[in-house]
Amino acid sequence: MSTATLEPRVHAPRNYLNADYGWKSWLFTLDHKRIALLYLISVTFFFLVGGSFAVLMRIHLTEPQGALVQPETYNKLFTLHGVIMIFFFLIPSIPAVLGNFLVPLMVGARDLAFPKLNLLSWYIYIVGGMFTLYSAIAGGVDTGWTFYTPYSSTYSNTQVTAVAIGVFVTGFSSILTGLNFIVTIHKMRCPGLTWFRMPLFLWSMYATSLIMVLGTPVLAITIFLLALEHLFHVGIFSPALGGDPLLFQHLFWFYSHPAVYIMILPAMGVVSEIIACFSRKRIFGYSIVAFSSVAIAVLGFLVWGHHMFVTGQSVFAGLIFSLLSFLVAIPSAIKVFNWTATLYKGSISYEAPMLYAMGFIGLFTMGGLTGLFLASLATDVHLNGTYFVVAHFHYIMVGGAVMGYLGGIHFWWPKISGRKYPDMWAGIAAVIIFIGFNLTFFPQFILGYLGMPRRYAFYPAEFQVLNVMSSAGATVLGVGYLIPLIYLIWSMRYGPIAEPNPWGATGLEWTTASPPPTENFAEIPVVTEEAYAYGPKEGSGD
Amino acid sequence: MQSMPFQPEQASSIAKSVDELYLFLTLVTVFFSALIFSVIFYFMIRYRRRSPDERPKPIEGNFPLEVLWTTIPTLIVAVIFVWSSMLYFKNAEAPKGSMEIFVTGKQWMWKVEHPEGQREINEVHVPLGRPVKLTMTSEDVIHDFFVPAFRVKKDVLPGRYTSLWFTATKVGTFHLFCAQYCGAFHAGMIGSIIVQEPDEFERWLAGGTPGESMEQAGEKVFQSSGCSTCHTPDGAGLGPSLLGVYGQPVKLTTGETVTADDAYIRESILLPKAKIVMGYTPIMPTFQGQLTEEQLNDVIAYIRALGKSQPKPKEEGKQ
Repeated sequence: MSTATLEPRVHAPRNYLNADYGWKSWLFTLDHKRIALLYLISVTFFFLVGGSFAVLMRIHLTEPQGALVQPETYNKLFTLHGVIMIFFFLIPSIPAVLGNFLVPLMVGARDLAFPKLNLLSWYIYIVGGMFTLYSAIAGGVDTGWTFYTPYSSTYSNTQVTAVAIGVFVTGFSSILTGLNFIVTIHKMRCPGLTWFRMPLFLWSMYATSLIMVLGTPVLAITIFLLALEHLFHVGIFSPALGGDPLLFQHLFWFYSHPAVYIMILPAMGVVSEIIACFSRKRIFGYSIVAFSSVAIAVLGFLVWGHHMFVTGQSVFAGLIFSLLSFLVAIPSAIKVFNWTATLYKGSISYEAPMLYAMGFIGLFTMGGLTGLFLASLATDVHLNGTYFVVAHFHYIMVGGAVMGYLGGIHFWWPKISGRKYPDMWAGIAAVIIFIGFNLTFFPQFILGYLGMPRRYAFYPAEFQVLNVMSSAGATVLGVGYLIPLIYLIWSMRYGPIAEPNPWGATGLEWTTASPPPTENFAEIPVVTEEAYAYGPKEGSGD
Repeated sequence: MQSMPFQPEQASSIAKSVDELYLFLTLVTVFFSALIFSVIFYFMIRYRRRSPDERPKPIEGNFPLEVLWTTIPTLIVAVIFVWSSMLYFKNAEAPKGSMEIFVTGKQWMWKVEHPEGQREINEVHVPLGRPVKLTMTSEDVIHDFFVPAFRVKKDVLPGRYTSLWFTATKVGTFHLFCAQYCGAFHAGMIGSIIVQEPDEFERWLAGGTPGESMEQAGEKVFQSSGCSTCHTPDGAGLGPSLLGVYGQPVKLTTGETVTADDAYIRESILLPKAKIVMGYTPIMPTFQGQLTEEQLNDVIAYIRALGKSQPKPKEEGKQ
């Protein structure tokens, strides 16, 4: 074995990882794969920061009067947890890490359309992140990640400006990433790669990019107006200054509801790739799954008012937003049915990525179905603003998006790192995360129905049992998240060398070396078949 | 309270109907989750990989099946949509003749005024079996009035009035929560709804320190703030007479007609130049920052009473 481990070091073919060394070769790189790794390290850092805030919150909530911190501190914890997890982890996670790495490889190109903008997007993200971390260190911010006015603009005396700048700035990195993907997918597909031969991951990246480019500017403007009112008392949102107290919510949710689809659509793309590979089947109803991504992206812009059913908006506005919200559930349901049907008469194996993908389907299904309770006017009146909402969106954003992200990391890890990780540990971690997740968030559905409002630093004693259950589950979930961190880092040095296509998957990224060379392909590939050609090879004899 | 209930108490006239819809939604969720999970488990066992070089035949898709599983969820959400919207519409408007209570939210307490003059903080006494309409506003940030046992919730906004109604069906004390994050002690902005038998409630309402009613308090503010100087009852003052105005259409200089409701009166006091009554000049000063939310409520209560006392002929004396 000693020769086997030495050999690749001596004869290691040039790849994007060993092409150059030194910090400059990383910080000034224009290689989409290296930029993806810069993002991987940064989003992992922010995930750990946001996650540790969640741990503190769950410890605090084990006692009705609050076990750990003052209410002001608790309010800062949930605010920073939300801001960091949404703007600095979930939104960039799959697009900026896996998308950056895979979009050029999947379209058969040598890089994205605008490599310098790609690097710039990372620097912008880091600047935004620095402002946000500064706000945390300089005393924190207590507005909630939703920044509702007039509390945020004229009442809170915490670091609202720093966080506003952080979120404002980092939005531009999303816009640049989205722009890069749209142009790359339109203009740089290799010969033969027609739209309907593209892997579904590319379709979902395309739909996500549309939302990023169209939606993020609205968030930027809104946050800018908020900062304007906060700093200079320009009356926009505060009635005391002549503003409109609900205007902010309209503008904020016009972006932030579609932002949920920025988080979930990429995960759906990842899951399509994984299910096809581990059942060796073409995705059932490929074009319907592809179009459902676009339908979700478009409809997602028309449902923001369902966050405002109890604000006193007109009952007719409520009616329309309720109807549209129900409609957006249908393409999601169609996807779940098609993934399930893909398994039919497949050849299914259960490596870690597949376990994550199955976990995704289970949790996303629960998250989607509980969304019906909130789209429905009469039940939303009771559930709005309670733990039911918290549970629902964690099923979508953590159960869905994070499971998809981890599934994708495990699926493409051999390609990214050139190494394999221990599959047994990966499987164990997937199961622990699935169980821990349900233990943490399922009790919160019941808490919400019983009437416990969210963002409470202390609460009536009758809610304690369910809170303790949730906190206990969070411990399991936390352990589940740490295991992959350990074995993935371990695998970078000690993992077995990965062959170019360890899973026997289709897709151009698997036709090049693991890890790929800087230029991705020795020769630009030519595509002659549809995506997911897992069927019997004609004339191949097997 | 019981050790671990799975349902909040049903203590209002609408609670049961909301719970029925909730139960239906739960059944839909359980049914579809169970269906998808069991199909996935079945497939994963039935079609597990038996040899490493298995190459299953590809299946393109199946159009009738796609139509089927698009139609079924669409029909189910259509049922939910119609059901929940009907319920919501039915409960949107307070029934005529509801008892009125005024609520002002502020960081971090609920201030409550009864028209008869009783004031309370973080407690709302209401009678059993009678519809109660709350008119609510906030002194500072957005709050939300939430009574889980009644299945009602409505945001409480600064600069606006929102309203909410319920009919309590159980005697007892129920949680009142603020359900919109409002700052440091948001979690402490909780109170109780105390439902009493009607005669007991009447005794409570009459008892304690018999302060002045909201209408009387409003009349005092109306005098002391100088409103009465211009708004004379005979319509001969610099401002229009307020007799019989409440709830009636008012013609503006722009030619528009608006209804003189709470929101209009509030706006006319705080932003008097926003809407000028036909035939008058915009000379009224603003009272922004000079009246508290409670004083505003009192003045509005007084103007309401003026509206009821003397249904005036619509033909206004033009100066």
